[in-house]
Amino acid sequence: MSETKNMTLKLKIWRQAHKDAPGKMEDYTVTDVSSDMSFLEMLDLLNEQLVHENVRPVEFDSDCREGICGACGCVVNGQAHGPERGTTVCQLHMRKFKDGDTIVIEPWRAKAFPVIKDLVVDRDAFERIQQAGGYITTRTGPKPDGNAIPIGKEVADQAMDSAACIGCGACVAACPNASASLFTAAKIRQFGLLPQGQPERASRVSKMVLQMDKEGFGNCTNIGECAAACPKEIDLENIRFMKSDLRNVLFGLQK
Amino acid sequence: MTIELNPNIPEGPIDKKWEDYLGHIKLVNPANKRKYKIIVVGTGLAGASAAASFAEMGYQVTSFCVQDSARRAHSIAAQGGINAAKNYQNDGDSVYRLFYDTVKGGDYRSREANVHRLAEVSRNIIDQCVAQGVPFAREYGGELANRSFGGAQVSRTFYARGQTGQQLLLGAYSALMKMVDAGKVDLKVRQEMLDLVVKDGRAQGIITRNLETGEIEKHAGDAVVLCTGGYGRVYFLSTNAFNSNATAAWRCHRRGALFANPCYTQIHPTCIPVAGEHQSKLTLMSESLRNDGRVWVPKKKEDIKKHPNEIPEADRDYYLERKYPSFGNLVPRDVASRNAKEVCDEGRGVGETGRAVYLDFRDAIKRDGLQTVKDKYGNLFHMYQKITDENPYEVPMKIYPAVHYTMGGLWVDYNLMTTIPGLFAGGEANFSDHGANRLGASALMQGLSDGYFVLPYTLGNYLASQGVQPGGGDTSAPEFEQTEKEVKDRIQKLVDQGKKGSRTVLEIYRDLGHIMWNQVGMARNETGLKDAIQKIQKLREEFHNSVKFLGSDKEMNKHLELAGRVEDFLELGELMARDALERKESCGGHFREESQTDEGEAKRIDDQFSHVSAWEYTGENKEPVLHKEPLTFENVSLTQRSYK
Ligand code: FES
Repeated sequence: MSETKNMTLKLKIWRQAHKDAPGKMEDYTVTDVSSDMSFLEMLDLLNEQLVHENVRPVEFDSDCREGICGACGCVVNGQAHGPERGTTVCQLHMRKFKDGDTIVIEPWRAKAFPVIKDLVVDRDAFERIQQAGGYITTRTGPKPDGNAIPIGKEVADQAMDSAACIGCGACVAACPNASASLFTAAKIRQFGLLPQGQPERASRVSKMVLQMDKEGFGNCTNIGECAAACPKEIDLENIRFMKSDLRNVLFGLQK
Repeated sequence: MTIELNPNIPEGPIDKKWEDYLGHIKLVNPANKRKYKIIVVGTGLAGASAAASFAEMGYQVTSFCVQDSARRAHSIAAQGGINAAKNYQNDGDSVYRLFYDTVKGGDYRSREANVHRLAEVSRNIIDQCVAQGVPFAREYGGELANRSFGGAQVSRTFYARGQTGQQLLLGAYSALMKMVDAGKVDLKVRQEMLDLVVKDGRAQGIITRNLETGEIEKHAGDAVVLCTGGYGRVYFLSTNAFNSNATAAWRCHRRGALFANPCYTQIHPTCIPVAGEHQSKLTLMSESLRNDGRVWVPKKKEDIKKHPNEIPEADRDYYLERKYPSFGNLVPRDVASRNAKEVCDEGRGVGETGRAVYLDFRDAIKRDGLQTVKDKYGNLFHMYQKITDENPYEVPMKIYPAVHYTMGGLWVDYNLMTTIPGLFAGGEANFSDHGANRLGASALMQGLSDGYFVLPYTLGNYLASQGVQPGGGDTSAPEFEQTEKEVKDRIQKLVDQGKKGSRTVLEIYRDLGHIMWNQVGMARNETGLKDAIQKIQKLREEFHNSVKFLGSDKEMNKHLELAGRVEDFLELGELMARDALERKESCGGHFREESQTDEGEAKRIDDQFSHVSAWEYTGENKEPVLHKEPLTFENVSLTQRSYK
């Protein structure tokens, strides 16, 4: 482990005052960056330095800072969540960069994700997709015993693979079409694999896909950038599953 | 103010209390339900499950969260699992055993009736979550898998890989989204609750700040449910999320809700050590690592800078195995944490800062093979390597304790109602079930128990039995104007100060963290606590005279948000120190150096401290008043914990 304590970096960061304001890239220098810092801690440090210079700090979303809540996200040197595979930007460490590097930092770019301020975007469109059918209709109350319906280990594991999505939006940011297919498909596959999800399987896929289109996300043309950028490595099998369910509904094979 | 602390525990034998209660509560007339409006603050396990359940029952619900989505609440980060007395493993588990373990684990400082109810409904939680499509781990035959956790003698922990909190939260979130879709829940994201509106002696609304626009909003409801989590972030560094805070609970405290047992905090022994001043949060490594890893430090101080692999066996001190031969590395969280601190205080800590101990898998790899260790802990090792850039398969991990959970919180009775009628608290925000120490995999259980299976009934009972008339969401009463004005004035003052200050919010916040961690942390003593109180008071003054941040309150401004939260932490921190000072015994996570056995273990003083300490706010810079709720134990007998 070789720790460097005092890197100096040049940053080019998207600054935008509010939703309707025009934005532009601005240049900053941040000093005393340690290689042990996370990318967001580097931004914290920049902000501390900016506040002391009376420059408005850069707004960005974050919460858990351990790669599970999905709050953080920005495009680093052209890549959603930065250069490291399977990693959210809060878990990206500065040892991936060198003293003197220039780093370009932008918000997610998509019509359906308007910028609120600087690096903060509005991801409500995801919420509405989830609301359209991303659930199993069941009331709170007495339920059959948890072991009443056996679920094979493999099926449970696959459902878990899909359920691991953190809803960060990197898939949309990485997709040249700004499609939300990976996000939407992950929910559809999780429930589509489980016995509890069968009764609403057909209506779920139609409602969620319809909502996705309504929100202004692009179409999936099988490019695969989404899966490559996904910090949880949700794979393209999910999209295949969704498309197949959708086809079945359209051809009346599934009701 | 005369305050009567009535826990309102139903009569009858412990295993019949809840059943009996449910049989006799008053029900809200179904036609009336939709006229009632319930405000739920927070969308973690407790908040999301409560909001969804209320809406299904027919109430109008408004739900608030500070994040941009309800799915991001900090419950999402829980790794290990959720306990339930299902006895699927046929290893002798039962409701009573889970109840007993929880009371004992809490070092006999919790309320029996509440804990028993928790153990009872634990079984429903699993069924509920399975029905929602939560992908729990399964056996090959298709049944639910369990593991043993935190030294429990039975395997009652259900899990979904290392992401149990995430999956349970997404389950509750999907239930909530279903009700948003049905038009029964009005979900307001990026909203922070800044005050409680009390009218005619009842909680009837809240004041929030829209974090996107800065606008101050008034919201009225017939009851307010606070599920806003714990206050671990008072230590600055903790495993809590960046936005976790105590503001909503604290401002309710200022309005008259008593705050119970603030000194009970849980320090988790296996976290990745602090790397430097820049650090913004700490990362927990699941406690399961202690099943196979061996904890040690060098015997000699001279060796601390040596490469661990070059330190021969004879020069290593496996101090947990040495001191606790029968439990070894599996002693409870508080014991493991305190011992790590002790060896570091002796100057035998390792790593750059000297505040770390080794957790070594060398022997496990030798015994079980690399692949077995990889299968069990691969995810955790990967995470460790990502953060520290060291390979734990080859070099022992370095770990150190970190603040993880707070057992204290708003005082609530059996109904989970605070001392303000109509204000309820669920999940980590209340003090209810864990006593002085929480067992592993019990936080998720409590959050969902409160939200799905307790609050929906007790709150209805409140509305029906107190004859609460539906208010229709009207915010025109002068109490709303007045509270809103106070909130606005407070923000204005803060913003004005921010313009002329010299120290950033983070700089002051870090100072508070240092005081709390060093003097109100793992081990506490009278001198240190008294000194801490003075230091915090001084720091609070410094905050009010020299805090600096930019921007206005009429826009998204995360520095302003943080400033407001730190302002509250600066008051809460002092109360924690006071509570710790007052409780002259050691119990659970609270260790008073003056109260230990000859062997250096925590010593309870039951005849003086078998009570809940509930603090009343009396005004800024005024001494709070202590009220006591006596704890009686009729179903377990008190013993001193021993892990020798
Ligand atoms: S801040 Fe939670 S995933 Fe990055």
